[in-house]
Amino acid sequence: MNITELREYLCTQYPDLCPLFSIEFGDGVLTVPSDRLGEAMCSLKDLGFDFLGMLTAVDYGDEFELVYRLRAREMHLGLFLKTRVPREAPHIRSVTALWPSANWHEREVFDLFGIVFDGHPDLRRILLPDDWVGHPLRKDYEDPNIIRRPDYL
Amino acid sequence: MEEGCAEVAGIDDVARALERTSGGGVILTSLDAIQDWARGYSLWMMPMGTACCAIELIAASFSRFDFDRHGSIPRPDPRHTDVMIVAGTICTRMAPAVKRLWDQMPDPKWCIAMGNCAVSGGIFYYDTYSVVRGVDQFLPVDVYITGCPPRPESLQDGILRLREKVRAESASPSRTREIEGVLPLPSDAPRGEAGESE
Repeated sequence: MNITELREYLCTQYPDLCPLFSIEFGDGVLTVPSDRLGEAMCSLKDLGFDFLGMLTAVDYGDEFELVYRLRAREMHLGLFLKTRVPREAPHIRSVTALWPSANWHEREVFDLFGIVFDGHPDLRRILLPDDWVGHPLRKDYEDPNIIRRPDYL
Repeated sequence: MEEGCAEVAGIDDVARALERTSGGGVILTSLDAIQDWARGYSLWMMPMGTACCAIELIAASFSRFDFDRHGSIPRPDPRHTDVMIVAGTICTRMAPAVKRLWDQMPDPKWCIAMGNCAVSGGIFYYDTYSVVRGVDQFLPVDVYITGCPPRPESLQDGILRLREKVRAESASPSRTREIEGVLPLPSDAPRGEAGESE
């Protein structure tokens, strides 16, 4: 199965997901609104996407984009799933119930971006010390301990 | 058991007593020779490898460079080791673990900061929120080895420099010699013959 066949298959099985699916640079990308994430994830898991390889986030200023990389091992297919959450209330549903590998990835995104995953079993910092203030990968992060590189270097 | 510990702790007292005794210096010199020989040629290392410098550290341990011939055997247990080689970037989260391993090493112990990251933070010095800028912020470093990563030859040079330092130590603190650094500061007196002018 290749990516166009996946699109046809997805459209026959789950017609409501079909308009959200696009092919960018040869990779399938499913862009869903954040309130439909759980539904889309359940559908994809049923479709055979049994492996969550990666989970990360991007800071776009007034909102964060979450990127999930899913793989269907039997179909030899990969798929990106993207969703956006507002910066003022960065809440998203946890997918640890579907893919246990999301556990530490979601902790990392929480640690570095401050996005709260509702329903996560153990949401606390994973890479930084527990008493750390702020979330360093946000664009507006300020830390007085950072030494800025001078212009001449 | 406790009596044995008390004997070990009393070596300094014995050394001080020997220094005051006439002819005691001969015994002290022989004692130092044995001690420094034993310590200097069995610098078992605690490989605290956290980044790419650890690859060079591993290469140094195997047959091409063969640090066994210097008596430097990597041991996985801090309680067996004499010198901690910090090879790699130390993050703020990692620093307490490194300090704890250092505290588990028995005295006498030495520390080698291997690579630019362990020396000063290296390429992570600027614009980084999570990297400790040099392990000398929380460990007493004896030898600094620069390089990104350093060659195993540099590490070998560091081990030999450390051995010089170890062999300069004495059971009596007043007999311990100072070892000057590899690179003299501009403020230091020029090396070679004293009073020699150019």
